[in-house]
Amino acid sequence: MKINRKSMYGYLFISPWLVGFLIFVVWPLGQSFYFSLNNMRITPTGLQFRYVGFNNYLDVWLKDMFFIQELLQFVLHILLRVPVIVVFALIIAMLLNEKVRFQGVFRTIFFLPVIVASGPVIDQLVSQGATTVPMVDQGVIISVLTAFFPMWLAQVIGQLFNQIIIILWYSGVQILIFLAVLQKIDAALYEAAKIDGASGWECFWKITLPSIKPIILINFVYTLVFLANSSQNTIINLIYTNMFSATRGYGFASAMAWMYAVIISILLLIIFLVFREKETKRA
Amino acid sequence: MAVPKTREFYKLLRSDTMTRKEKTRITKAKLSRFLFGFNDRRGFVLKVTIYTLLLCIGFVYLYPILYMFITSMQSLEDLLNSSVNWIPSTLYTDNYSKAYSVMNIKDSLMGSLLIATVPTIFQVIVASIVGFGFARYNFRFKKLFFALMIFSFIVPPQILMMPTYRLFSNLELTGSLNAFIVPAALGQGLNSTIFILIFYQFFKQTPQSLYEAAEVDGANQFTCFFRIAIPMAVPAFIIAFLFSFVWYWNETYLTTLYLTSRSNELTTILLQLQQFERTYEAMYPVTENSPNRINEGIKMAGTFISILPLLIVYFFLQRYFVESVDRTGIAGE
Repeated sequence: MKINRKSMYGYLFISPWLVGFLIFVVWPLGQSFYFSLNNMRITPTGLQFRYVGFNNYLDVWLKDMFFIQELLQFVLHILLRVPVIVVFALIIAMLLNEKVRFQGVFRTIFFLPVIVASGPVIDQLVSQGATTVPMVDQGVIISVLTAFFPMWLAQVIGQLFNQIIIILWYSGVQILIFLAVLQKIDAALYEAAKIDGASGWECFWKITLPSIKPIILINFVYTLVFLANSSQNTIINLIYTNMFSATRGYGFASAMAWMYAVIISILLLIIFLVFREKETKRA
Repeated sequence: MAVPKTREFYKLLRSDTMTRKEKTRITKAKLSRFLFGFNDRRGFVLKVTIYTLLLCIGFVYLYPILYMFITSMQSLEDLLNSSVNWIPSTLYTDNYSKAYSVMNIKDSLMGSLLIATVPTIFQVIVASIVGFGFARYNFRFKKLFFALMIFSFIVPPQILMMPTYRLFSNLELTGSLNAFIVPAALGQGLNSTIFILIFYQFFKQTPQSLYEAAEVDGANQFTCFFRIAIPMAVPAFIIAFLFSFVWYWNETYLTTLYLTSRSNELTTILLQLQQFERTYEAMYPVTENSPNRINEGIKMAGTFISILPLLIVYFFLQRYFVESVDRTGIAGE
């Protein structure tokens, strides 16, 4: 009886979200799926639908020249960037967590990206070239890298170097989340470990990392989704242009967006699996 | 023999009571303590590394803002003159006065503030409630709902764009603040999932025994929420508020969709920034040889104006913000 009442409270607390989910996610999703099965025309009298089945989906894979190409690039970028961003964020958060002089000043500076990195400001900065490192010559890096890696990989890594500012900038939110959780780790744990003779390195692997593991997962997911939905993303732009193109239209764009969502879900699933596996290993 | 304190150490070095071998041994030990630290004292090497890293990364964060600021202060001659790189030759504020008039600051600032504050309040409150529900209770389909919540975050907004827009115009929400308030109040605002997750984590980490003790003392679930959970989660509230504010402020995708499609007075600074070039050309028509052509400096001035309020808010809030990050450490104990 008591359990029942408690679960009632659970439903009560999440009910606002549940209602919102039904209205603003499930219903539009259904409609969007319906759209993707049709050829849509926007006419002065309203929307015109012509049922085409799964042809739109086939067209995305078979007839669009850019989609597969962009998708491969995107997946490669994601695989490289997400870990880099998360690791950078963790390192920076740990640096900020150290007792240093001018800690407040450093934190103020380091949280700046949270303020600026979302929105069109970053677009402006990118287009004005404020985010590339002027000191680093990309050609040199690529020529060094090609000695070790195949060309396609070398190019991606080279871009990674070139966009190091952007990458650091994208890690603002993650730094904050990490920092908040680092502060929450009980200091007594470290003291106990120190007394037992553990080095800082060991403390990091045995105490810090396991305590913040759920947060690492959150940061991975956040980074992935942020990159996937950012306006810098070429696939998003591709979907956008298709939406308003005369020959393709919204039905085709919906199908493309759906395929894109499936790919993202697969990537997320991989992240979750990686984290779960580690958990069983530890136990 | 133990390593002596610094003052005694110098005395020992000067005195003749020790052999040379002893002296080198002590010096070595002293040096290694200085460089690598011992116990809780950090060594010199580690300190230098930490500060160097902090300074370098700090520069990376400041660089684009400095660049933006300095470009915005440069006149056309300075921009074209390749010898002027960082320090403008004169104090030039024309870019700002132009950008100010182009962006229609008075109205757009009000609009931006409205759009950033009101939905944020709804969003934060609802996110804390939902996060508490997920963290505290077990119920059927909880995992499913949780997965669905994460799913709603990863769906590309482009899938939902057109159906949502039709829904909103059927409900007559477009063109007003309601287009943002209603989703936020139903837990579907901007990045709501992240906020729910943050609150979920915070409430999860609150010791469950606290709630149990309160229940034994006869508190009902709402008392638990208001008297235990919320006071424990003050840092989460501050973080969520700042984030939500910033994200709503910087939002252009939805504001374009819901506000510009209908003619009305509600506009935001970032919408003005988006139409910056067009508005500029309308206000200062380009004629032959006119000095009015838009340039980087003016664009950067506009961009700088658009983030200036955020910087100011951040400048005042950051103390609480940074402190709140600190305070979480206390709450965790």
